[in-house]
Amino acid sequence: MKLKLGLEIFGFLLLAAIVAVLPRFIGDFTAYEFAIVGMYFITLLGLSILTGYSGQISLGHGAFMAVGGYTTAILTVDGIYGHQIRSLWTIPIAGVVAGVAGLLVGIPALRLSGLYLALITFGIAVSFPQLPKKWDHFFGGTTGKLLNILKPPFGLDTTANNWLYYLTWGIALVLLVVAWALLRGKPGRALQAIRDSEIAAASSGVNLATYKTVAFGISAFYAGVAGSLYVISRAYMNPDVFPIILSVYLVAALAVGGLDSLVGLIAGAALIYVLQNRADDVTRWLNHLPALDLDPKRPGVPSVVFGVVLIVVMLILPTGAGGLLRRLFGPLTRRLYSRS
Amino acid sequence: MSLLELNDVEARYGAVKALHGVTLQVGESELVAVLGANGAGKTTTLRAISGTVRRAGDIAFAGKKLPRRPDRTARAGIAHVPEGRGTFSELSVWDNLRLGAYTRRGGLKEDAQQVFEFFPVLERRCNQQAGTLSGGEQQMLALGRAMMARPKLLLLDEPSLGLAPLLVKEIFEALERMKGENGMSVLVVEQNANLALAHASRAYVLEVGRVVVTGTSDELRRNESVRKSYLGY
Amino acid sequence: MVAAFTWTEFAQQIAAGVREGAIYAGLALALVIIYRSSRVINFAQGEMATFTTFVAWSLMNHGLSFWVAFPIVLAIAFAGGVTIETVLIRPIANANVLTIVIVTLGLALLLNGLTSVIWGGGNRQFHGPFSTRTIDVGGVPISVQDIGIVVVSLALVVLLGLFFRFTKLGLALRASALNPDSSRLVGVRVGWMLALGWGIAAVLGAVAGMMIAPVVFLDPNMMQTILLYAFAAAVLGGLDSPVGAVVGGILLGVTITLLGRYVGFIGSTLKLPAALLLILLLLLVRPGGLFGRVAVKRV
Repeated sequence: MKLKLGLEIFGFLLLAAIVAVLPRFIGDFTAYEFAIVGMYFITLLGLSILTGYSGQISLGHGAFMAVGGYTTAILTVDGIYGHQIRSLWTIPIAGVVAGVAGLLVGIPALRLSGLYLALITFGIAVSFPQLPKKWDHFFGGTTGKLLNILKPPFGLDTTANNWLYYLTWGIALVLLVVAWALLRGKPGRALQAIRDSEIAAASSGVNLATYKTVAFGISAFYAGVAGSLYVISRAYMNPDVFPIILSVYLVAALAVGGLDSLVGLIAGAALIYVLQNRADDVTRWLNHLPALDLDPKRPGVPSVVFGVVLIVVMLILPTGAGGLLRRLFGPLTRRLYSRS
Repeated sequence: MSLLELNDVEARYGAVKALHGVTLQVGESELVAVLGANGAGKTTTLRAISGTVRRAGDIAFAGKKLPRRPDRTARAGIAHVPEGRGTFSELSVWDNLRLGAYTRRGGLKEDAQQVFEFFPVLERRCNQQAGTLSGGEQQMLALGRAMMARPKLLLLDEPSLGLAPLLVKEIFEALERMKGENGMSVLVVEQNANLALAHASRAYVLEVGRVVVTGTSDELRRNESVRKSYLGY
Repeated sequence: MVAAFTWTEFAQQIAAGVREGAIYAGLALALVIIYRSSRVINFAQGEMATFTTFVAWSLMNHGLSFWVAFPIVLAIAFAGGVTIETVLIRPIANANVLTIVIVTLGLALLLNGLTSVIWGGGNRQFHGPFSTRTIDVGGVPISVQDIGIVVVSLALVVLLGLFFRFTKLGLALRASALNPDSSRLVGVRVGWMLALGWGIAAVLGAVAGMMIAPVVFLDPNMMQTILLYAFAAAVLGGLDSPVGAVVGGILLGVTITLLGRYVGFIGSTLKLPAALLLILLLLLVRPGGLFGRVAVKRV
């Protein structure tokens, strides 16, 4: 017991150390890229609590990111009663707003299982972009809202990208600790019990409804925070910033990376970054292979690649790449949550 | 030469071995019973024959090696009425019978006539959903479905379970008729040993996945330990 | 506010709604057939349909007329469906829900990307078999195309219904979905039945795609919103009821069209969220849908 705890703390400190030191070795733009990966990592963290732990599938978490994003955009640009709010302060607010939205979704979700829940959340992902178009006065319609470019706080001698990197990963590490703490204790075991057998859990006195709904809320909170950060980094927000496909990528990356492996989550986040933000480069990279000469401007190649990857991984490794790593390296693998 | 020959057949459910080498034969137009306590491996034996469970060891059927998959054994001429009867409860009685005849070509109406002759209640409830039938009627439907296939061998698992004695008598009488008229052999698993021995010509007694006693019905009725353990006197 | 109400326009809206509904019905029926046999929600149904429609487009581009290309495309769709089931779905038949969802999503991504790669993006004109002129039906101008779409879709549905009810193969398909173990015992090759189900579903999707393409312009993302409406229709009718899928489709098509036209608040932007809300409310109140018997929550 003590040994495992020790390993986990060591793993966390190692990660924190890497995070702190990395910018010294990488370029400015790469720091930006890592920051974006960090944002997806935060979302996947929340999603793993929901799917990996309470066993609920959500194909709509891109929408929760968008809720967070819009909260930040509106508060920063329009403000409340004319008072604009500094973008940093909007991050927790965005998380809370998204979290509340998650709770609201989590309540009807109680009545739906597996496939039906996947369907409904998918419907949310598809429908949500329509809402800003309807209330365009409030949301800024299709053009959306423009924010001020992020600048490091007064007095800090570092580039904007490095600041973004530290901000994002700092929040990520904090949220990681929070998740870890939540899942180590009673809530974690309750959620595990729910995932493994709802009937058994319920008959042992676990309040299914509360845990499942709160899991939804928490995962949405995480997505909202990530969405807020993302909007801050891009300095604008409109319905296309978090497209429908992102919700699919999130769940897919989670499944491929392995539901509760820390390394898997980070790898998954990196994968989403490549597909979502660097799609052309995927094509260009593939052109290095002989016999392939694809036009990078032609959309679709990353989708084909990712689709094949998903299918192959799921057929061969139903527990995802993280599961494989765990099996290969056993206790050496950094485990995020202890599985009893 | 027998219709069905099992030679040292083994079967397992995952890590648990249920049959430890069962050897038995069933001849043409014969009604043979398989007796034993709960968990002795009676149901597993039938499953091993029909291919519902994986087996080790060879089974000869009508001179050929018996296939190992349920749809193939069905096509080879074996009809298995499992525990729980395997009725398609959401389909009508008629559709259930039609499915019974799946492996046959044509002759649907004549075969159905014979089934209705044996079990008139099925004709009356022809268009009803099978799940709405009573237990006894469902057993008759299961038998009727098996009859529609005109099998060479009928595997019957606990036909008397949960049924009134009068109904059970009807069913066993139908079995005897089928055996005589259609030249069908029957291998029946029964916990009600008295009943089984009254109709079967031979029987096997299983214990812990092995055959421990075998013989004609008379021989078994005279066997002291069989009488004490299974016949109750 | 909403423009003035006229009976003529109302009838036209109903006609448009029925046409939309016929498309949803076709795709919803495909979803239901797959769900009944494989217990899978095929997220790739729309992309499969789009892909086959592009194939049709290519064939017609090479000089074939629509009605000549039609059966060829159906055959290709059937083969595709059978292959997908055998290669992708059968191996994971007993895996958990997430795995199955990911595989069909992966397939959707793959097909969507493949369509873009092979044919490139951008809208294309798809010349359907029906003329776009309108005829007078009791004083209401209705387009021949709409009538044609409805007739073809419903004819297909009826044919399928007859197939399921009266043929031996149709019975075996139904039985395999209801009780695979008992089906094997009567000699049905359940594996083949599963593949057959996917083949039929792919054909349904192909027809839906070829019917709607003349109306909405052919592009790789053509079927995405339609798929969502098809999900809604299937759930509305009950995920395991083919009749429900068809009724659900038409009902949904008409309802959404009327809501979009006559409820100003919804307009055309909120049609999709409205459909989503409808499914959600329905699932909460009546989990089995209108005709279904499925437990939404397997406890």
